[in-house]
Amino acid sequence: MTDFLNALVILANFILVPGLAYGSQLALGALGVTLVYGVLRFSNFAHGETMAFGTMLVILVTWMLQGAGASFGPLPTALLALPIGIAGAVVLCLVTDRLVYRYYRRQRASSVIYLIVSVGVMFVYNGLIRFVIGPRDQNFTDGQRFIMKAREFKNMTGLNEGLAIKTTQAVTLGTAVVTVGIVFWFLNKTRTGKSMRAFSDNEDLALLSGINPDRVVMIAWIMTAALATIAGTLYGLDKSFKPFVYLQLLLPIFAAAIVGGVGNPLGAIAGGFVIAFSELFVTFAYKRVVTYMVPESMAPEGLVQILSTDYKFAVSFMILVIVLLVKPTGIFSGKSL
Amino acid sequence: MTMSGRNIGLFALMALLLMSVGFIQSWDVSLTLLNLCIISAIMALGVNIQWGYAGLFNVGTMGFAALGGLAAMLVSVPPVTAAWEAGGAGVVGGIVAAVVTVIAGMYAWRKTADMGRSRYWVTGLVVLVGYVVLRSLIDPAVSAIEKVDATKAGYLGGFGLPIIFSWLVGGVFAAGAAWVVGRISLGLRSDYLAIATLGISEIIIYMLKFEDWLTRGVKNVAGLPRPVPYEVDLNESAGFQSWATGMGLEVETASSILVKLCYAGLFSIVLLVVLYLSEVALRSPWGRMMRAIRDNETAAAAMGKNVTSRHLQVFILGSAVIGVAGAMLTTLDGQFTPTTYQPLRFTFLIWVMVIVGGSGNNWGAVLGGFVIWFFWIEAEPIGHWLMSTLTSGMEEGHWLRLHLIESAAHMRLLTMGLVLLLVLRFAPRGLIPEVKR
Repeated sequence: MTDFLNALVILANFILVPGLAYGSQLALGALGVTLVYGVLRFSNFAHGETMAFGTMLVILVTWMLQGAGASFGPLPTALLALPIGIAGAVVLCLVTDRLVYRYYRRQRASSVIYLIVSVGVMFVYNGLIRFVIGPRDQNFTDGQRFIMKAREFKNMTGLNEGLAIKTTQAVTLGTAVVTVGIVFWFLNKTRTGKSMRAFSDNEDLALLSGINPDRVVMIAWIMTAALATIAGTLYGLDKSFKPFVYLQLLLPIFAAAIVGGVGNPLGAIAGGFVIAFSELFVTFAYKRVVTYMVPESMAPEGLVQILSTDYKFAVSFMILVIVLLVKPTGIFSGKSL
Repeated sequence: MTMSGRNIGLFALMALLLMSVGFIQSWDVSLTLLNLCIISAIMALGVNIQWGYAGLFNVGTMGFAALGGLAAMLVSVPPVTAAWEAGGAGVVGGIVAAVVTVIAGMYAWRKTADMGRSRYWVTGLVVLVGYVVLRSLIDPAVSAIEKVDATKAGYLGGFGLPIIFSWLVGGVFAAGAAWVVGRISLGLRSDYLAIATLGISEIIIYMLKFEDWLTRGVKNVAGLPRPVPYEVDLNESAGFQSWATGMGLEVETASSILVKLCYAGLFSIVLLVVLYLSEVALRSPWGRMMRAIRDNETAAAAMGKNVTSRHLQVFILGSAVIGVAGAMLTTLDGQFTPTTYQPLRFTFLIWVMVIVGGSGNNWGAVLGGFVIWFFWIEAEPIGHWLMSTLTSGMEEGHWLRLHLIESAAHMRLLTMGLVLLLVLRFAPRGLIPEVKR
């Protein structure tokens, strides 16, 4: 029985807890991608860099706050800096829309043109970020490191295996729940949110009903920038901030949005968790778990790992491929074509 | 192949730029630039086939170029016999198992169409069993191979053939990858191809970095054989020495220039062949059909054209051209280094070349390849000089000045992004616009 519990604790420690945190980060990212897709009808390749840009601002403000001696008790100071980061990212997105995307919207350009333009925007952002903060690693996490340490858990339960919960993981999950709650409340209960959904559903009909397209687009960008900054900051707190990582995050985020069904907010969240957990399930070495579960003589020699961790990004690609082959509209049937 | 006076002027201007580098800096630098310009031009032609002819957005140029590089390495390097003895059978068995697994999985999927939900489980189980077999064959083989003379080899090696064959093989590798990606994502929304190519290119790079038994991973494979003579041999040959002194050149300079000229000759042949074939294809009924599909898919489909399979065809062709260029690049470098493949350099820059040059026009793509590569390389000294001049009013050690000068390198990203956006917005037809036929 203890063996079984020990095995469960390992799984919880290495898959459940990190998966919940990583899944929330991906879900928030995918929500932003899906919102842009729903309203502006293109896959925003610059989304990863928007995340990085917002996070960069948060880091700069955090440093200023830390320098001024401010702190948020056991929680990371970055949470205090978040609103300013969001404001900066919103400005960036709105300026980009005004200078770049609006022209193509007026032209009713095809979605592939938007794709190229968004790749161009991505590189401009990328250059901007490297110009301001440089290409190196930045650490900005402070506050208490753990809510529960592995040793405390062992002492508490008397088990061999420990369960550690980092503060950043709890903060991630909490922030994500609050953010998603606000987004869904906005989309379903407010007049503006409803008009956004109507616009996303059927643009012409929405225009005929007197919905102002510029306003809808503006609100979509504001929400996207906010979501991107929150997701980016949470990821940066949990791991660390490296500008190029956000480009690599683009693939899991797109995969999450497509798995859930592009344009479907609920699907984006489900997709985020599907991708995060599959990544961890597939790249986790089950050796210790199996050792606890089977008689001693049958203990495995290898790592019992389906795929080496080097290939964690390949997992999201494989899931993407399976979804494209089996159900291109995604689990929650977003828009296809 | 008629060209207007304006286009000839543009190419002449480009030649003048390259020559001025020869006079100002050195002919060695100028020829290095020229060689890379030619390779860039071929890559741009490949992207132009996909984007200009058919409107397909491939964000994975880097992956296809890297496959070409892999081909150059595999074809030219001599086989490591000890490694083959240690684990060759296991690796071959693993590859066979992989192929069998894919076929069995597809078979299971087809045969279980009426089974409802258990269809997923049955197919999944078949694939899982196949995967376990594959891993049990390949894992011991891989660790055995990586132990063989790990400092020098630790991989299977290649086939020890002349490296020039690899240019063809590189094309075939890239075409194979393109077939897989295209089959999965073409015929769906246009974004899916972009996302799928982005993904596959990342995965290819990861594979090249981490599959040490195949590529030595980050340990790189240096000293690939060359299709042209070595400078050292030239320097030592009496005939060359007398020829060089007869020409009034230093022996070392002359040999280095001659080697680069040889490369330039070989690359030019490839460029001209690809350019000729692309032009012929563009003018043929096939080219007309591709343009019809690009401009109005629905109408073309109504005329009985199979849009998806035409797209697949053109996607494979374009990727193959990129693969050829990738193999040529590795040949020129003389070493295979997986870490040098950066999306910025191998995907984005190529796109800027095509857009700036003029999408849909092969001459435009070639010119774009030359111009953008030239400025990409020369931008670094220019940017550094510009930053130093702009900040010269500031104090010597001021932090902002130091930061600005240090960040000048990142200005290239910003500049290229802006160039792309500005060209797309204000001159979407590029330097040499597509000819309306």
